[in-house]
Amino acid sequence: MSYWFRNDNRLPQERLAAASYVIVGMITLLLLGFWKLQVIDSDKYGQMAERNRVRSIPIIAPRGRMLDRDGRVLVDNYPSFSVLLLRDDIAAVEKSLPAIADGLGLQLDDLKEQLANSSELPKFQPIVIKPEATPADVAFIESHRADIPLLEMLMVHRRRYLPGGFMAHASGYVGEVSEKQIEDSNGRLRPGDIAGKSGLEREYNDLLVGTDGMRRVIVNSVGKEVGRLSQQEAIPGKQIQLTIDYDLQEVAEEGLGDKKGAVVALNPQTGEVLAFASHPAPDPNDFAVRISKEEWQKLNEDPGKPLLNRVTQAQLAPGSVFKIIMATAMLESKVPPENFTAFCPGYGIFYGQMHRCWVYGKGSHGQVNLHEAIVKSCDVFFYNVGMRMGIDRIAKYAKMLGLGSKTGIDLPSEESGLVPSEDWVERVYHHKWYPGSTISVSIGQGSVMVTPLQVAYVIGGIASGGDFKEPHLMKDAPSVGDKRVELSDDTVEQVTQGMYGVINEPGGTGQSVRLQGIEFCGKSGTAQMMSYAAASRLGLGKGKNDGWFVGFAPRRNPEIVVAAVVEDTSEHGGTASGPLVRDIVKAYYEKKEKKSQGQSTAQAQKPGMQPVAQSARAGEAPKVATKREGPAKVAEVAEKKQQDPE
Amino acid sequence: MNEMTTTRDYDWWLLAIVAAICALGVVEIYSATHGSVLAGMHMKQIRWLIVGVVLMFVLSRIDYHVIMDQAPVLYIIGIVALIAVLAVGHTRFGAKRWIPILGEMFQVSELVKLVIIVVLARFFAEVRTDELSLQDLIKAGLLVGVPLVLILKQPDLGTALVLLPMLIVGAFLAGLRWKHAAVIILLGALMLPAGWHFLKPYQKDRVTSFLHPEEDAKGSGYQVLQSKIAVGSGGFWGKGFGKGSQNQLGYIPVRYSDFIMSAWAEEQGFKGVLLALGLYMALLLRLVQNAQRAKDRAGMFLVMGVTAALGFHVLVNVAMVIGAMPVTGIPLPLMSYGGSATLFVFLAIGLVMNVRLRRFVN
Repeated sequence: MSYWFRNDNRLPQERLAAASYVIVGMITLLLLGFWKLQVIDSDKYGQMAERNRVRSIPIIAPRGRMLDRDGRVLVDNYPSFSVLLLRDDIAAVEKSLPAIADGLGLQLDDLKEQLANSSELPKFQPIVIKPEATPADVAFIESHRADIPLLEMLMVHRRRYLPGGFMAHASGYVGEVSEKQIEDSNGRLRPGDIAGKSGLEREYNDLLVGTDGMRRVIVNSVGKEVGRLSQQEAIPGKQIQLTIDYDLQEVAEEGLGDKKGAVVALNPQTGEVLAFASHPAPDPNDFAVRISKEEWQKLNEDPGKPLLNRVTQAQLAPGSVFKIIMATAMLESKVPPENFTAFCPGYGIFYGQMHRCWVYGKGSHGQVNLHEAIVKSCDVFFYNVGMRMGIDRIAKYAKMLGLGSKTGIDLPSEESGLVPSEDWVERVYHHKWYPGSTISVSIGQGSVMVTPLQVAYVIGGIASGGDFKEPHLMKDAPSVGDKRVELSDDTVEQVTQGMYGVINEPGGTGQSVRLQGIEFCGKSGTAQMMSYAAASRLGLGKGKNDGWFVGFAPRRNPEIVVAAVVEDTSEHGGTASGPLVRDIVKAYYEKKEKKSQGQSTAQAQKPGMQPVAQSARAGEAPKVATKREGPAKVAEVAEKKQQDPE
Repeated sequence: MNEMTTTRDYDWWLLAIVAAICALGVVEIYSATHGSVLAGMHMKQIRWLIVGVVLMFVLSRIDYHVIMDQAPVLYIIGIVALIAVLAVGHTRFGAKRWIPILGEMFQVSELVKLVIIVVLARFFAEVRTDELSLQDLIKAGLLVGVPLVLILKQPDLGTALVLLPMLIVGAFLAGLRWKHAAVIILLGALMLPAGWHFLKPYQKDRVTSFLHPEEDAKGSGYQVLQSKIAVGSGGFWGKGFGKGSQNQLGYIPVRYSDFIMSAWAEEQGFKGVLLALGLYMALLLRLVQNAQRAKDRAGMFLVMGVTAALGFHVLVNVAMVIGAMPVTGIPLPLMSYGGSATLFVFLAIGLVMNVRLRRFVN
C-alpha cells in the first residue's frame, strides 16, 4: 500500500462543527414544514383527505308511473346502465381507447371526439360514453375490470312509454333539465337530472319525481368503491292514475292511424279525459335516452308537426260545428226569435255578396226552422241568424260557452283559440269590423278558431245543461274547475234534439255513424281552407278541408263527448271524423255493458295488463298486439248512402 | 491492523439508530402494502436489510486505506458500468438504470455514488494545502462531472444531484475558499436557466408543478398535493397504524418507497415525524462525530462523504413529501423500500464503521 495518506490528521474541526449545525438547522426546517401542515393547516388537509376518500353517489329515484283509470300501466320505468369513462389517468385512457371502442361497439373516432369535447371538464368527472349499456357491454366491463379499470356503470331509471307514440302528447316526455330549469329550481336540480319536458310529465313533474337518495362510499385512488359509509334510500316518485281509459285510447289511436288530426273524449259530468290522441305523434321512447340534434331538428321541421299537440294546440276553424254555438246563442238571446225560419235556395246574398250553402248546385233546403237547420246543416239559415245577431253578440255567447279561452286542462301550453269581435279586429288589424265577415263566422269560417279540446268541452257543457267541468287527465286532480252557464232547459233540449237528429233523423248529415240502441248525438263540420268561391275560381272544386265531428251520448245527461278532427282531408267532416267518434262511443258502451254484466273489464284486464307489457317488450304498437274488431264491424251502421254529408 | 479491532469498537449507537429507522421503515412498508397486491413487500425489505447488514460488516473489515488505494480502479469500473448501463441496461419507468445481478435488478448509479465517495475522499486526502486551490477544485469538479453527466443521461436527475453535495462538503472540508464558494454559487445561479433546457419534459413538468401546483392538480402536482393532504390530515397524533386513508386507499404515490414519509406522517402524525426526523438527525450527527474522531483526513473525508450523501437524501426526500421541493425520485434512506438503495446505505455505513474501527489503530 502506498502511503498517500501519510497519517495526515489535520482535521478541520471548525468546519465539521459547522456541518453539525447545518444538519440541526436542516432537520429543524423540515420539522417546521411538518408543523405547518400537520398542526396549523391540519383541518384543511383533513377535509381534503375526507373529500378524497368519501364519494357521494346519488341514487336516482325512479319517477312515478302513470296508470290508466283501471290501473293498467301506461308509462313505466326500466333500469338501465350508463357506461361511464373515468378520465383521471389520461394516458391510460388513451391507451385503452381502442379496446374500449371495440368492446362497447363504439366508433373510435366518436369516442375520441367526445373525449376532446369534455377536456374542459375536471378530470375526476367521468363522462357518459354510452347511455344505455347492453348485457354484452356489462359483461365486457365486468370481465375487464382488471386490465381496463376505467369503465364504470351507473344505474338509472329510464322512462318506458307505450310504443308507437301511444298517448304520446298526453304523457309528454322527459329529458335532461335545461339550464333555465336548474336556475329556477333553487339548487334542487343538478345538471344531468331528468325532468318532464312536456305533457303530463311536465305538468306533474313535482309529483312524479322522487327524492334522490345518496350513497356515501369510500373510494380508492382509482375511483373504485372499496367500502360503504351510509346509504340514504331514494324515495320513488308518486304514481299517478290517469282518467284515460286504455281501451278507448286504443280505439282513438287506431282510428286516427296515419291521418293528421286529433281525438279527445271527455266525460262531461266530471271533466275526466277518457281518450286523448294527436297524430302524427313522436315516439317519446326515442328521446327518453338521448336525442341527437339532427333527430330533434327533423322532428321540429317535419311538415306533419309531430310535436304539436293537436288536441290542445291545433287552432282550427270549427266549420259547421260552430252552428251549435250559434243555435245556443240564438235560443238564449232570442235574436232572432225561436220560431225564426229562413228560406234556403242554395245560397244567400248578404251585404252585396253571394254566400253559398253547401247544397248549392245540388238543390236547396227550402224553408227551414232551427231544428231542420241543425239536422241538415243549412248554411243559409245560420247566415241569416248571424246577420241578425251581429258579431259582438256571437262573440259574447261563444266566449261565455268557453271558446276563446283555455279550458284549463292539466297540460302545459294549451292554446285558447280565437273568437273574433269588433274590438279584436280594431286592436289587431286597426280597421272596423266588416259586417260581411259575420256571415262567414256564423258557419264557423273566417277568423274563428278552436281547439279540438274546446269543441269537446263546449259541446259537452251545453249538452250537460250548462255545466262545464274542467277537463283533466289526472284522476285525483286536486281541484276540478266547475263553470256554470245559465242555459234554459228549452235551449238545451232544442240543441241536443237537433244534434240527435243529425245522426238519427232522415236527411241528417251524420246518418252514416248511427249506433243501434244508443242515443248518439253529434254534429259534423267541414272547415274549408278557402271559401267555396275562391276554391271554384281556382278550379279546385273540392279543396283541402279540416273535417270535424263532435258527438256525445246519451242525449240527456251525456256520459261521453268526443271531438275529432282530421286535417287536410278531401272528405267531409262526417266521413273523415265521424267514424272515429262513433267507434269510441261504441267502445265506451260495449265496455259499460260488460261491466254491468258483472264482467268488470278491469278484472278481465288484470292479466290483460299483459298486452301493454308484452307489446312494449316486443317493441310493437299495442294496437297491433291487442287488435280489436276493425272499425267496419264496430257499428251496426244504417247503410244509407250519403250523397253529401253537409 | 485488523486483528486489533474488536466488536466493542463498532459504533453500536449508530447501529441502534440505523436499526430503529429500518424498523420504522418496515412497519410503514407493511402498513402501506399489506392490503394490496404488493402485500409481503416488508418481508422483501427485511431480506434486503439482512443482506445489507452482512455487506456492511464485510466492508467494515477491509481497511479503508486499502479500499481508497484502489480508488482509480474503482472510478474506472464505475464509469465503465455507467456507460454499460446506458448501452445494455434495462429500462423501467422510462429510464435506463438497471442491470441484472444474481437475478435482481440493480441500479448501477447507487454503486457509483459509493465509488465517488471513495474517489473524492482519496482526492481531497491528497490535497496537502490547508486551503483548496482553484486547480484542485476544478479537478474535483471534473472527477464528479463525468459520472454526473452519465447518470443524467439515464436519466436520473435525483441520483446525479446527490453527487454535488458530496463534492461541496468535500471541498468545504478540504479548505474551500469563501471567494471560490461565492463564485460557484454565482455560477450555479447563472447556469440554472441554462440547465432548464437540458431537463426532460417530465422533469420540467415536475419543476413547473412545484412552482405552480394549482395549475396541475391531477398531473405531476397531483402527487405532491396528495402527499401534502396525507401529511396534513395526519395531524399531531396521526390516524393510527394502518388507518391512513390517503395511504390505504392509494392516494399517496409510491407510498412504500419515495413517499413513505408521507404515509408515516399520515398514520403517526407529527409526533411520529418528530421521532423519525429525530432519528435521522441523530444518525447524521453521529456520522459527523465519527468524522471528527477519525484517525486521519482520509477517514474523515470518507465519513463526511457518506454524511453528505445521506443528509442530502433525507433533505430532498422529506422536503419533497411536504411540497417544499420538486419531485426528484430520491428515496428516503433506510425507510424507503428498495434493494439497491438499501444496500448503498449499508455499504456507506460499512465505510463509516471501517473508519471507526481504526480510529485508535496506528
